[in-house]
Amino acid sequence: MAAMGALLKFGALLLAAVAACVAWEDGDVWDYDGHKLKDSDFLALWPLPQKVQSSAVSFQLSASRFQFTHAEGSSAGSDCSILQNAFRRYFDYIFGFTKKDRDQRRRNAAGSEVLELQVAITSPDAECDGFPSLTSDESYELSVDQPSAVLKAPKVWGALRGLETFSQLVYEDAYGARNINKTGVSDFPRFAHRGVLLDSSRHYLPLKVILANLEAMAMNKYNVFHWHISDDQSFPYVSRMFPDLSQKGSYHPYTHVYTPADVKMVIEFARMRGIRVIAEFDTPGHTQSWGFGQKDLLTPCYTGSSPSGTYGPVNPILNTTYDFMAGFFKEISTVFPDAYVHLGGDEVDFSCWKSNPDIQKFMDQQGFGKDYSKLESFYIQRLLDIVSSTDKGYMVWQEVFDNGVKLKMDTLIHVWKGNEAQYQAEMARVTGAGYRTLLSTPWYLNRISYGQDWRDAYKADPCNFTGTDAQKKLVIGGEACLWGEYVDASNLTPRLWPRASAVAERLWSDQGVRDISDAYVRLVQHRCRMVERGIPAEPLFTGYCRHEYSGV
Amino acid sequence: MSSRCNLRFLIPGLALLLGGVPSVLAVWPQPQQIRNSAERYSLSARAFLFKHADVSAVRSGCDVLDQAFTRYFTLIFPESGGGGTGDTGAALINTLLHCCVYMHSWNLILNISGLESLSQLVEQDDYGAYYINKTEIEDFPRFQFRGLLLDTSRHYLPLQAILKTLDAMAYSKLNVFHWHIVDDPSFPYQSRKYPDLSKKGAYHPFTHIYTQTDVRRVIEHARLRGIRVLAEFDSPGHTQSWGNGQPSLLTPCYRGDVPSGTYGPVNPILDSTYVFMANLLKEVTSVFPDSYIHLGGDEVDFSCWKSNPDIKAFMKKMGFGSDFTKLESFYMQNIVNISTMLNRSSVVWQDVFDYHEINRPRYVVEVWKWGCYLCEVRRVTKAGLKVILASPWYLDLPGPTHDWARYYNVRPLAFKGTEEQKKLVIGGEVCMWGEYVDATNLSPRLWPRACAAAERLWSDEVQTSSVDQAFPRLTDFRCRLLRRGIQAEPLYVGHCKNEYQGI
Repeated sequence: MAAMGALLKFGALLLAAVAACVAWEDGDVWDYDGHKLKDSDFLALWPLPQKVQSSAVSFQLSASRFQFTHAEGSSAGSDCSILQNAFRRYFDYIFGFTKKDRDQRRRNAAGSEVLELQVAITSPDAECDGFPSLTSDESYELSVDQPSAVLKAPKVWGALRGLETFSQLVYEDAYGARNINKTGVSDFPRFAHRGVLLDSSRHYLPLKVILANLEAMAMNKYNVFHWHISDDQSFPYVSRMFPDLSQKGSYHPYTHVYTPADVKMVIEFARMRGIRVIAEFDTPGHTQSWGFGQKDLLTPCYTGSSPSGTYGPVNPILNTTYDFMAGFFKEISTVFPDAYVHLGGDEVDFSCWKSNPDIQKFMDQQGFGKDYSKLESFYIQRLLDIVSSTDKGYMVWQEVFDNGVKLKMDTLIHVWKGNEAQYQAEMARVTGAGYRTLLSTPWYLNRISYGQDWRDAYKADPCNFTGTDAQKKLVIGGEACLWGEYVDASNLTPRLWPRASAVAERLWSDQGVRDISDAYVRLVQHRCRMVERGIPAEPLFTGYCRHEYSGV
Repeated sequence: MSSRCNLRFLIPGLALLLGGVPSVLAVWPQPQQIRNSAERYSLSARAFLFKHADVSAVRSGCDVLDQAFTRYFTLIFPESGGGGTGDTGAALINTLLHCCVYMHSWNLILNISGLESLSQLVEQDDYGAYYINKTEIEDFPRFQFRGLLLDTSRHYLPLQAILKTLDAMAYSKLNVFHWHIVDDPSFPYQSRKYPDLSKKGAYHPFTHIYTQTDVRRVIEHARLRGIRVLAEFDSPGHTQSWGNGQPSLLTPCYRGDVPSGTYGPVNPILDSTYVFMANLLKEVTSVFPDSYIHLGGDEVDFSCWKSNPDIKAFMKKMGFGSDFTKLESFYMQNIVNISTMLNRSSVVWQDVFDYHEINRPRYVVEVWKWGCYLCEVRRVTKAGLKVILASPWYLDLPGPTHDWARYYNVRPLAFKGTEEQKKLVIGGEVCMWGEYVDATNLSPRLWPRACAAAERLWSDEVQTSSVDQAFPRLTDFRCRLLRRGIQAEPLYVGHCKNEYQGI
């Protein structure tokens, strides 16, 4: 019955999903007189909003006078911690952390200054105390004028995006004073799921690094942190119910783990920025590290007729396995508030299962013959039932779909394999079967090459496949993935940014926004802004930023 | 090699055996000879001293050594105060009280290298106590020139980034900082004589320049670490940024009969050019004390010269025909002569050697092009000129895979040639060009990949021929770099006890 409830719930989500692949607007930018503006007039905006109207009329902002205020009639007030925190953050970004009023000159008479940004949450429930979700409304409207600028959004999530845009509109004039031009912005995301995957198993990532990257994600209007928290190499998640998993399975049981307090901090830090945290506990493969702290969980491999002492994927034939999974995922469902959990399911190596006589016997009993993907399906099926019973929806890597596992219609299929033609065909197959999907294949940012490889990431589009409009509506977005084999705190941030910014614009802006040379000009500015805000985003090409990275 | 340095740890008294030989002997680069035993001595931060040995040619008052003692004390005992001589068991262990520093030669640089090896031998046990195994090292570098190039023109590198790089170079025993200080995009060197060069040619005339004080600081920081600073003022190509502050230095390009408004390489037909270059290089040699100066000479684009009628007239007058390589050679000849008059050995990129086949001046050739680079090394040494090899160590090109082994497997002398020819290969150099690199990503892109080249240039090639054996040592060394605050990226999955603490 619980499963039925979930089905209905997600059926509703399905209808509400943003029709991302169907163009709404043409993405052009017009000024108040109806002239089409050159895109370079919007140097600083990234990702490009759906609609911008700008003019050459500029106003000043004074650090000692400027205020963020809650508009009259707004459903959010000073008890809305998401907004209060955001006000402080964006004040710092706008005024460069000096908090001094650099402009003593008072350039000219009244009427040239923006004194406040009024933030109005227009729907009755601002969701100040809630968590962002797949259906969160992130739209906003921004109107910059003197003496007041106004930001209107149905929910706080849109207000957060609008604050970022507002801060990007502010520029420094030759005297160091802050200015903003008269501007109108109407904006919403093209896709509802815009994620970054970080891998904290191949290398442990100190909390500070994760938080800094959440900060950078917010600057790029990302809204999902996909936390690939465990894998073969280490199990850094400290489980309350199964503490041995990290005690024995992490690189170090105290210095290389995420305690419940750490996890809570990540989730709250993300929530403050309108970012969901989707945890991935990948099984039945990629689980070597689980075996140290959970006896009999993994399949013993055999050489001939005796155990070889090595272990393979999760053992799918024991009831104890499912008891453990039920207990474990029950905990996960309470620790991670997001409605989705990522269950992995990729790259299962069958050789160990094949070597094990008990598994072979089980295969015979079940009538699976020699088809080990059926055994995988058997495991996944039971796991999905377990997770469903915790009232969570789930994401899986594409193999689970490819191997013909029977999936509920609310499953999100995560496409990651193949070349361009192959992933486009896969997107067509998945959506053809009626499943919602998201794309990562062209956005494996751990793969590096010489030169400006952000362009390839920018050009890829999740909707470029042959399919009906109905199929394209099933594309909910994509994720940039930074796998950790060769990445840790020492090189993560410059490898991710600004390359992930390219993906961010593809997922946020209108489908028609694809002019690479215009993107280059804006992205160069945007990366300097990130550097100025303390994010060591690497350069796109020769050139400089006014404020170089000083964190060496 | 006459200049050898012996580093011996002479331990008086009893020693107690503690367990087996340590798993990884992490001296990087691998010393020429290292003998170690399982005998362990504990080190106390309170008792440990560096002393000048009786036979040493140097006494205190040698600031390179005195400063190195201070530096290495902190590196050996990072938690200052060094309370790590734990109570448990330590009382039973003999204590290594001091390290005698011998000066067998006058070469201070080698001695600093010895301190580096010493610091790498010190480990901490599970209780946090410092110890060192009984070890004898006899060591000297295979090549005298072990360089690292940074490019501060494509992107400005803040002073801090350069100084950090020098620190890491010292840890890897690299000894030449090749400062590619200017190029087309910007001219950050603030000249005393020609201040307009940086005023108009830098990205920003105040925030994106190197003042004389900055340059002195880099040179001194390097000197204290036994590192030479080799300045490169690349011409006649790669000079767009010079033109902003020095009118009529660059060649005006023509479209048809009229100047197009764009400029090409340095104008080689004007006397004023050579007056300027002589003045500039005179200043440069007074600022940079090293006996070498790098004059560039690479990738000269002839199309602008070809378009200019005055240049064409000059070519005719000189009898160069339409061979513009002769014009470049003419220019480089003049520049090398200036540098010779200033008592400097010139280093040039291989292009200069390739163009000019007769009456070559005595310059050092830096081989940088891809393809059969050893063929080029062979040609250059056959002509009797010294070689610096850079081709296989362009670290700004990130491989599709993580490829430190590629830099490790280089065999700089694997060409057919006489012993004399091989002696002319004075070393090699890691190049970190700046098109895609600035302070945000410099360190992890350099380290630990540059360490692979460092070992190739320092250590014996036969002893260090195995990538598999090097891997655990390099992994360990990378963690040591992290602990010392160098942002070195991982070689593969795994962890360090002390992870990088920045972002």
